[in-house]
Amino acid sequence: MKRLINLKRIEARRIFITYAIVTLAYIIFQVMSSAGLLSSSMRGMLVPICAYMVMAVSLNLVVGVLGELSLGHAGFMSVGAFSGVAAAVLMQNIIPIAALRLTAAMLVGAAFAALAGFLIGIPVLRLKGDYLAIVTLAFGEIIKSLLNNFYLGVDSGGLHFSMLTDNTRLLEGGRLIIRGPMGISGIQKIATFPAGFALTIIALAIVFNLVNSRMGRSFMAIRDDRIAAESVGIDITKYKMMAFVMSAAIAGAAGCLFAMNYSTIVANKFDFNTSILILVFVVLGGQGNMLGSIIAAAALTILPEKLRSFADYRMLLYAVVLIAVMLGTNNAGIKRFFDKLNPFNRFNNNNKDEDDEAGEAA
Amino acid sequence: MMTFLNFFISGISLGSIYAIIALGYTMVYGIAKMLNFAHGDVIMVGAYVCFYAVSRFKLPPLAGVALAMIVCTFMGIIIERMAYKPLRQAPSLAVLITAIGVSYFLQNTALLLWTSSPKVFPSIIGRGAFKLEFNNFLLQGQLSVSHVIVLTIVTCIIIMLCLTWFTGNTKMGKAMRACSEDKGAAQLMGINVNSTISMTFAIGSGLAAIAGVLLCSAYPTLMPTTGSLPGIKAFTAAVFGGIGSIPGALLGGLLLGVIEIFAKAYISSQLSDAVVFAVLIIVLLVKPAGLLGVQRPEKV
Amino acid sequence: MFSRAKTKLVPVPSKSMIPERDIDKSPILECINLGITLGGLKAVEDFNLTIGRTEIAGLIGPNGAGKTTVFNLLMKVYQPTTGTILLNGRDTHGMDTVQVNKAGIARTFQNIRLFRNLSVVDNVKIAMNNEMRYNMWSAILRLPNYKHEELAAHRKALKLLSIFDMQDMADVRAGSLPYGAQRRLEIVRALATNPSLLLLDEPAAGMNPSETVELMESIRKIHDMFQIAIVLIEHDMNLVMNVCEGICVLNFGHIIAKGTPEDIQSNPAVIEAYLGKQKGAQ
Repeated sequence: MKRLINLKRIEARRIFITYAIVTLAYIIFQVMSSAGLLSSSMRGMLVPICAYMVMAVSLNLVVGVLGELSLGHAGFMSVGAFSGVAAAVLMQNIIPIAALRLTAAMLVGAAFAALAGFLIGIPVLRLKGDYLAIVTLAFGEIIKSLLNNFYLGVDSGGLHFSMLTDNTRLLEGGRLIIRGPMGISGIQKIATFPAGFALTIIALAIVFNLVNSRMGRSFMAIRDDRIAAESVGIDITKYKMMAFVMSAAIAGAAGCLFAMNYSTIVANKFDFNTSILILVFVVLGGQGNMLGSIIAAAALTILPEKLRSFADYRMLLYAVVLIAVMLGTNNAGIKRFFDKLNPFNRFNNNNKDEDDEAGEAA
Repeated sequence: MMTFLNFFISGISLGSIYAIIALGYTMVYGIAKMLNFAHGDVIMVGAYVCFYAVSRFKLPPLAGVALAMIVCTFMGIIIERMAYKPLRQAPSLAVLITAIGVSYFLQNTALLLWTSSPKVFPSIIGRGAFKLEFNNFLLQGQLSVSHVIVLTIVTCIIIMLCLTWFTGNTKMGKAMRACSEDKGAAQLMGINVNSTISMTFAIGSGLAAIAGVLLCSAYPTLMPTTGSLPGIKAFTAAVFGGIGSIPGALLGGLLLGVIEIFAKAYISSQLSDAVVFAVLIIVLLVKPAGLLGVQRPEKV
Repeated sequence: MFSRAKTKLVPVPSKSMIPERDIDKSPILECINLGITLGGLKAVEDFNLTIGRTEIAGLIGPNGAGKTTVFNLLMKVYQPTTGTILLNGRDTHGMDTVQVNKAGIARTFQNIRLFRNLSVVDNVKIAMNNEMRYNMWSAILRLPNYKHEELAAHRKALKLLSIFDMQDMADVRAGSLPYGAQRRLEIVRALATNPSLLLLDEPAAGMNPSETVELMESIRKIHDMFQIAIVLIEHDMNLVMNVCEGICVLNFGHIIAKGTPEDIQSNPAVIEAYLGKQKGAQ
């Protein structure tokens, strides 16, 4: 008789552990940072790490929970970054408190990214599998191209924008905010580590609470068996859209946080490679496993930095580590070993042992 | 009219290159059901090998191409054996990430070996051009078609014909088609699935070497990242035509090339990529399995 | 369409014969000249069937006869090429699977299609999605209506599971259940959508004789408890003959016989379809 695992208890414990680890890590790094124990390069990486963790959590909602592959997630990040930073620039005089302005900017970024997610979702979500993936890739590239040719300026007459060339024709005293391929420069770096931590916790709370509701159950139902989900009255398009838009919104907020950590931001920063990087976090951390995503995001962001002593070889080593981990984690023997250590098997799609054959034989 | 024809011909030429690369994607996808993201980087390696053979070791161009093909073919087989074969049973996402790892690996190895400074690819085909004079009521003026363009298109046609013959008439080709239909059944019929998959990778990588040389002859800047964008676009072309289908790869590649050149010429050179991808999205919405792809209904 | 031999037959608005207890009610399902062509093949043709409100009907026939295709047509997995399906007197033309389910049909699958990675109780709760009203923000912010509705749904799910004595397995991963339990869970999941017509596709497949007897009891129990119509596809003749009030036999996409279990058992066309034509028979 197979030991039947109590999913409910495991799930509750997993959520608690995730919050606890994130909080603990935050406290440790915050203390180390204020005690001067962190190198300046590490300190500079704290906010990007948070942004990547949030990105990984948001992509995991689509890839791990909904079960659709998205290869254009960086596109939402850039929409959030550009709209959020532009909003922050515009609000500079209206909201003098930096933390408040950052919050407002992140909300704007999330809203614009959600809008982009909705517009993209209308065509994308009608497709399935690899075709859906390639279309998200295409949209990621389109967003990048468009933002690379987008000009936005502000003057006393209000906002002006143009495509391809700078036709904003600003009045005296006006300011060009987004300058096409030059992106946005002169950003006030108001993103802070506590803000990053707060966003991580909020993203986790949104995803966990959503997953443990009728919406989240519907997402997972679609992932496990689309036809069965339809047969019990789950509106596939509606719930796919909900997950997609929510994921885009969280990515937008993360993008805004990320951008506010640098003085200059360009659209080329959020290209296909960035989308893939985030996907790597999700797959390495385990699909549907939020804690795994967070750890993978942090580890893989710090890793190239730690490999700096290998200078030129570091990206090569990164590639080797990536291949080795994928081969290792998917090797039957090694996998069984890890499965024994890891009781959190809820989302493990690979548990294709004898119980699968029963269903597919008929 | 003349400029239109000129654009059209360079579009067909670029499309031929995409088509050759797309073949590699489509064959591997058809048989191993995986997106081989490292394919674009195999192109780059092929181009580098040819570059060094011709400009350093002074080999004749044809020998350089042959060497590039041999190196890439073996590289394809080795990559498949080392990185993909252990993952035959793994979920497709794991294979995808591994392919991305291989892509990074090739790019960074190239970076170490050959540095990031761009190389100017030698004109192994020559910079000459055929000049055609037209003087009738429809066409007026001179049409100049460079040798590179002619060679690219001819190569593409030859490859297509060979591959169609190969998959249709040889034992190995039939085995490939059998594997792409149903691996299990193919195995039961005595087909060695593993060697068939290796063969597919070998052919795809060999073709990638040719594509690399042609690409760099037409656009002679060679860098470790040269292969990635054409790789993605060729993949798009494969999906466009219906992934898994060889004629689909040809059609998708040609259309993509023509659309890209026209978009550059008539819309905006900065937005040409956006236009290409937008067309892809529209095609997939109308025909969800690509232009020549077959949609299989899900069994309930 | 069917009637028990002992019940008095009365004419009703439809052409069918429905047992007396359904006297004032129209049939729950009417299929009129239903047909579909799949890949050039007429998988189902001229399918006419009427099911009463509380009837248990069986759909039998040799492999490949088109039984599951009929279910797929009813559930709108395939859109019929010809004919009409009236559910509760309402034309289902243009509806999709989700709408048909909301209109009152639920089904199980021949090859089990559970949400394998979710717990047993979550499988049932997914089917109750449409009766829950709270929105996304209530879920994210854990508002009182989220807690209230989730609790009610959980209670109802456990109650439904208790039909098959599965309430103790509520938190187990559905994919790790034994085979028979997976089939039972599919039935519970279908019931959780509050159907008025339940379609069971080979519910006894892969079950041992004692499990099949239990299943028979459960089908009757469900029928009596919820007062719903049930159509089942089954190869286990013992189950079909014992549970069904009427039986419809399909062969090569055509109905070859309809009637009570007794009629069917002695019908020569049915015997021929199953056993083949006897040589030298007159």
